Amino acid sequence: MVPFPQSVREVVPWSAVEPQSVAAEAPPAGALAVETIGMTKRFGSFAALDDVSMKIEAGGFHALLGENGAGKSTFVKCIMGFYAPSAGSVLVGGREVAITNPKGAQSRGLGMVYQHFTLVPSLTGAENLVIARSHVPAVIDWASERVALDAFMGRMPFRLNLDRPVAELAAGEKQKLEIVKQLYLKARFLILDEPTSVLTPAEAAEVLGLLRAMADRGDLTVLMISHKFREVEAFARSVSVLRRGRLAGGGRVGELSRDDMAAMMMGARPVRTVAGRSAMPAPARAVLRIADLKATDASGLRPIAVNDLAVHAGEIVGIAGVSGNGQKELADVLGGQIRATGGSVIVGDQIYGGRRAQSRALKVRFIPEEPLRNACAPRMSVAENLAFRAFDRRGDDPARPPTFWLDTGAMSRRAKDLIARFKVKTASSEAPIATLSGGNVQRVVLARELTDPVDLLVVANPCFGLDFSAVAEIRARIVAARNAGAAVLLISEDLDEILELSDRIVVMSDGRIVYAVPAAEADAQVIGRHMAGHHAPSATA
Amino acid sequence: MTDIGLWSVLIAVIGGAIRVSTPFLFVSLGETITERSGRINLGLEGTLVFGAMSAYATAVLTGSAWAGVAVAGLAGGAFGLLHGWICRFPRVNDVAVGIALMLFGSGLAFFFGKPFIQPSAPQLPALAFGSWSDLPQIQAALRVNVLFVIGAALSVFLWWALRNTRVGLIVRIAGDSADAARAMGYDVDRVRLLATGAGGVLAGIGGAYLSLYYPGSWNEGISSGQGLMAVALVVFARWNPLACFGAALLFGGAGALGPALQSVGISQGYYLFYAAPYVLTLGVLIATSSPDRALAGAPGELGQGK
Repeated sequence: MVPFPQSVREVVPWSAVEPQSVAAEAPPAGALAVETIGMTKRFGSFAALDDVSMKIEAGGFHALLGENGAGKSTFVKCIMGFYAPSAGSVLVGGREVAITNPKGAQSRGLGMVYQHFTLVPSLTGAENLVIARSHVPAVIDWASERVALDAFMGRMPFRLNLDRPVAELAAGEKQKLEIVKQLYLKARFLILDEPTSVLTPAEAAEVLGLLRAMADRGDLTVLMISHKFREVEAFARSVSVLRRGRLAGGGRVGELSRDDMAAMMMGARPVRTVAGRSAMPAPARAVLRIADLKATDASGLRPIAVNDLAVHAGEIVGIAGVSGNGQKELADVLGGQIRATGGSVIVGDQIYGGRRAQSRALKVRFIPEEPLRNACAPRMSVAENLAFRAFDRRGDDPARPPTFWLDTGAMSRRAKDLIARFKVKTASSEAPIATLSGGNVQRVVLARELTDPVDLLVVANPCFGLDFSAVAEIRARIVAARNAGAAVLLISEDLDEILELSDRIVVMSDGRIVYAVPAAEADAQVIGRHMAGHHAPSATA
Repeated sequence: MTDIGLWSVLIAVIGGAIRVSTPFLFVSLGETITERSGRINLGLEGTLVFGAMSAYATAVLTGSAWAGVAVAGLAGGAFGLLHGWICRFPRVNDVAVGIALMLFGSGLAFFFGKPFIQPSAPQLPALAFGSWSDLPQIQAALRVNVLFVIGAALSVFLWWALRNTRVGLIVRIAGDSADAARAMGYDVDRVRLLATGAGGVLAGIGGAYLSLYYPGSWNEGISSGQGLMAVALVVFARWNPLACFGAALLFGGAGALGPALQSVGISQGYYLFYAAPYVLTLGVLIATSSPDRALAGAPGELGQGK
């Protein structure tokens, strides 16, 4: 069971929680100003960061916009001492400092919340907080530490259970714990790397609202990496945009329009938009039917119970939900990674268990999240990875009979054809697939799964971590598969993606389907409330 | 002999559990420390044999059993540090290094131990916890060696230390998430080096028990794979020092079943009773396994591909 105890509360201004206590706690309190001058970072001949000068005033809430690979992460890692910049300097509180490692950054009051979690999974929240301090006593007196932690948490905007191992926390709770950890370490300048990617819209508003209130009170300076214009406009006070390692522009929020920001981010370049969806004749046949399905993940902690879910030919059903609410387990059951303990999955008119022969016969395609890890053999070549579905068939052709010998000639010809058709950027078809960028790995997987006729396509988080142009192309491919008559089950933690692509939207929370709505009638606020666990107990899809 | 009937079997099993379990206990506690830091040291079998040899030789030469224990601990620590040192090089696999060190330790012990097979060494003292009873069987069963008491205390201490000390938390972090440990500024290789060294010290002391108390002599077949079984016990005990204590007792008791039954005249299936520990281990592992569940409690960094 993964309860989601964090109810969505109204955004309480920080000052209303408790006015003076933080200032009384940390001796050198108050927000820090940080400025970079001519920051440059080269990897070999490639300049990941090129002469970036930026000033973030004390108590500011500054957003850093940019595509993947624009240098945002490199920039903040140079500030935090992960990378030694090739040129340029950092001023903290108006004085030039040399920060050579993250510990040094911490001791100067700089803290960072990473996109991936840095908490130790098997340790409890309390253990994670205490061990992160720079001075930990040799023997930890948990009784007095608990008193101190309770007092500290009393001043925190989030309520968290510190006694459970972090591995059992939902993603949103982990993210809050990461932020709490930085405040516990007395960070006065906080860097957030895409902080809301794992939060519901309401949670995101709560977290960012509270941090903005802290900034407004002069307790904290925030630098937030984001690519969501909505968040930037709602919470940031100023913004800088990076493009290809250079500062492309910036200004005060409110003086820049979304078009201005998009133009700075993308430069002059056409961007493909999602291909239009063609209308489907009304009573389509149900390709996937799930009835009373029960399963649990490998840790046994996240049971799912999906009572009734159908996906019809020519429609995209989007499953929305906050990470860790059973979507991954549902995808794993459909992909055959975990066994269902009850109920049935029916594709066409046959029971489906994710076996290779079944998926071939019923034309089911599964594209799991993190494709490099879950859908590829990283050190095998692009050509070999492209051949996974039919390498054991004559001529690398799934329609022909099985064979003992690999037809490497046919594999290589097919690989070159697919690389050209799907515009995969790779040194050659023989390069290990791990050497490709995330977007190109996903193109390879799509090329492998979508070239033959497809009846059912299950996709999980297909665009996670990819840049704008790759995202647009991959979404267009998914819509094209739908238009060609495939039933598509799209599982995504990105609500904008669900809203953009789906014909029908269902919400998963706590392992169950709690809400279903046709896309035309969907309201992001209502969906967000259901994602956060606010729903009538009897509601089903 | 049979005046107390089958009770004597139970008493003999309890006595056997206490007597046989000590090397299992020390090796599995040592391996728990090492594996909690994220490395597997399969070389502890070799460390155990070398510890037995070096303890016996030292006791013969100095006349002091405790000097033997100290030397065995130091030698074990040196083997552990060697394992940890080799494993910090890039693309070195800890399991392969462990197997190499297992053979190296045993071979070195046989080489240096040849002259010590004949002479007899002073034995480690035992505490007579059974003196309240008139029955010789109970008195024999409850003659508990000091090292067993130390091992029992150590398992409680390690269980406490893994949650309540800075060192304990750092070892757990290194074993669960090397990236997190590095982000906090800890040198993961160093933590693992020291944890493997500490594990080696305990395995060496376990070896000293073999040659200086039970069976109490040095020969080349002294360990008969107990070091390897103890490494498996760690998985069985789910990396929990307290459970290691229970698992070692269970394993020791099962090992004493064969001789105990034989002593009351049951000799049918003699060799099968000797297999009891292994059958029991297999049985419990199968009973507690699940095709759908991950092993709970396994340190996240264990066996991470290199």
